[in-house]
Amino acid sequence: MTVVTPEQHGFKAHSDGGWDASEKGFVPVQTRSERPKSFAHDDFAAVNGLEAEWKLTPVKLVKPLIDDALDGSPYDIATDAVDGATVEWVSRDDSRVASAGAPEERASANAWSSFEQALAITLTGEEHSTVRISRSTLGTAARGAHTVITARPHSNTTVIIESAGEALLSENVEVVVEEGATLNFVSVQDWAADAIHLSSHFVQVGRSATLKHTIVSLGGKVVRVNPSVHLSGEGADGELYGLYFADAGQHLEQRVYLHHQAAQTRGRVNYKGALQGDGARTVWVGDVLIGRDGAGTDSYEQNRNLVLTEGTRADSIPNLEIETGDIQGAGHASATGRFDDEQLFYLQARGISEAEARRLVVIGFLAEIVQKVGDEELEARLTVAIESELEGTHS
Amino acid sequence: MSVLSVKDLHVSVETEQGTKQILNGVDLEIKQGEIHAIMGPNGSGKSTLAYTIAGHPKYHVEGGSITLDGAEVLDMSIDERARAGLFLAMQYPVEIPGVKVADFLRTAKTALAGEAPALRPWIKEVNESMKALRMDKTFSDRNVNEGFSGGEKKRHEILQLELLKPRFAILDETDSGLDVDALKIVSEGVNRAQEATGLGLLLITHYTRILRYIKPDFVHVFVDGRVAEEGGPELADRLENEGYDRFLTDTSVA
Repeated sequence: MTVVTPEQHGFKAHSDGGWDASEKGFVPVQTRSERPKSFAHDDFAAVNGLEAEWKLTPVKLVKPLIDDALDGSPYDIATDAVDGATVEWVSRDDSRVASAGAPEERASANAWSSFEQALAITLTGEEHSTVRISRSTLGTAARGAHTVITARPHSNTTVIIESAGEALLSENVEVVVEEGATLNFVSVQDWAADAIHLSSHFVQVGRSATLKHTIVSLGGKVVRVNPSVHLSGEGADGELYGLYFADAGQHLEQRVYLHHQAAQTRGRVNYKGALQGDGARTVWVGDVLIGRDGAGTDSYEQNRNLVLTEGTRADSIPNLEIETGDIQGAGHASATGRFDDEQLFYLQARGISEAEARRLVVIGFLAEIVQKVGDEELEARLTVAIESELEGTHS
Repeated sequence: MSVLSVKDLHVSVETEQGTKQILNGVDLEIKQGEIHAIMGPNGSGKSTLAYTIAGHPKYHVEGGSITLDGAEVLDMSIDERARAGLFLAMQYPVEIPGVKVADFLRTAKTALAGEAPALRPWIKEVNESMKALRMDKTFSDRNVNEGFSGGEKKRHEILQLELLKPRFAILDETDSGLDVDALKIVSEGVNRAQEATGLGLLLITHYTRILRYIKPDFVHVFVDGRVAEEGGPELADRLENEGYDRFLTDTSVA
């Protein structure tokens, strides 16, 4: 009989690299906030699809946005004038640009290098108002775009940006919520079926400011929206919500980063998705970093996915890093599951048909996020859109 | 007069240890307006009978029949059974996130009646039933069973019994986990529904406690997946005094 003595853990290098890797002295990025940042496209190496930030994305389909020249000219938007808010195209050297963050990957840097003018939305009204912006004529040529939303101190606004139609778009969205301001920002991606969209949101939430940030992704071939939210002022509050419904062949991805930078901040992340049809694919990565100065942090993140048919794949990866022990609470949860047969049985046992029962369960599952949107008109339209997704009649 | 009839019903479930036979030839007949109590020790198959009648997919019918006025219930889907007039008040009702009680009740009523109820009288009826069951008005706006206490879940089941007006209702251990006040309120609700619609009731319980408030016409003792003894209400009194010991053979306690 041979006795196998297990080797001491760490005696040899881990298979994923580390101190013994071919590149001597190589240490992978240990902390979410230490990832390399740059505004310049060339500062990021060519993408091979194996990088941590790309390995779950269909890189072939988004390649033009990573490498090619992008058209950075302004595009048509539809919006109505609202008191206490301005919507305008501004030059690259405007002081509002580059106030919230910098790209962490090549497609984002490509967009940053390419845009000619930024769409600037500046909010000053203390009485709550709603700014609605829609865009639907971006076309199929590769584009780079930039948006800056600035909520001035003590302003209180809902900003809804809805995207539809064709697109091959890489963009950056900067959001600065200044001291004491309240911003409810909703970004709806309901593109045409073959649209491709990569978006990075860089968000700073200042002292005693409140941000509600909601991503809704329904239509498009590949839609990847990565919000990085820094609760950078003491007492800042950030609620990050997401809702996505992937059909056959659709890839919907969201990489959420919530950084509790200052003390006494509160953060909630809740993303919910449904997957239906062959090749429906979703990715959710939720990084939460509670920094050294994040004393008193209260944080919770969760992701739930409802799998409606065979042939789908949902990746759900929560990460929690804590650099201070002096916090109120931090937690995370992730669950991906099929229909709960007991829920269907309960509804059917009350005379409700199976199809109607399924509809109720899915709508109910996603309603938690729809109800957070905070705009009745949009909430009603989203419910209708989800219903048509379920019936398979949505683009 | 409507009759719900169970004949020589054999039912099994799949478990990790393989197929397990649970019901071994159940015979039972309930006429509209009658109240039957099914009593028995844990694991005797009482709940299996309830869920099999309602059509839960977990239970496999190996033989026998369940008929409602001659129509084979086993050939009906779950929702068809409900529309035929059967109702199951569940012991552990599940949470349905995002579906409000008010919407759920109206959807169920619409499905059963084949058309949406007129709004004003419906809301009035819902409010009156809720009031009678001492349920707060805010209940309508809550999601179905979400965050409900044990007592609230049972009241919600009986609220549905009153509003959906089935011909036959099976109450699966509706009394379990209720304090005496809640038990009285729930029992009053059941009696109200019974008087109003003359429904037939199948009351499944481990204890005789609920039978103080809901008077059965017939009592059936369930042991090892079949009816071991039948009688009138006096049988329940005897069980209260003696327990189930005399029904438990050596094999069944093993």
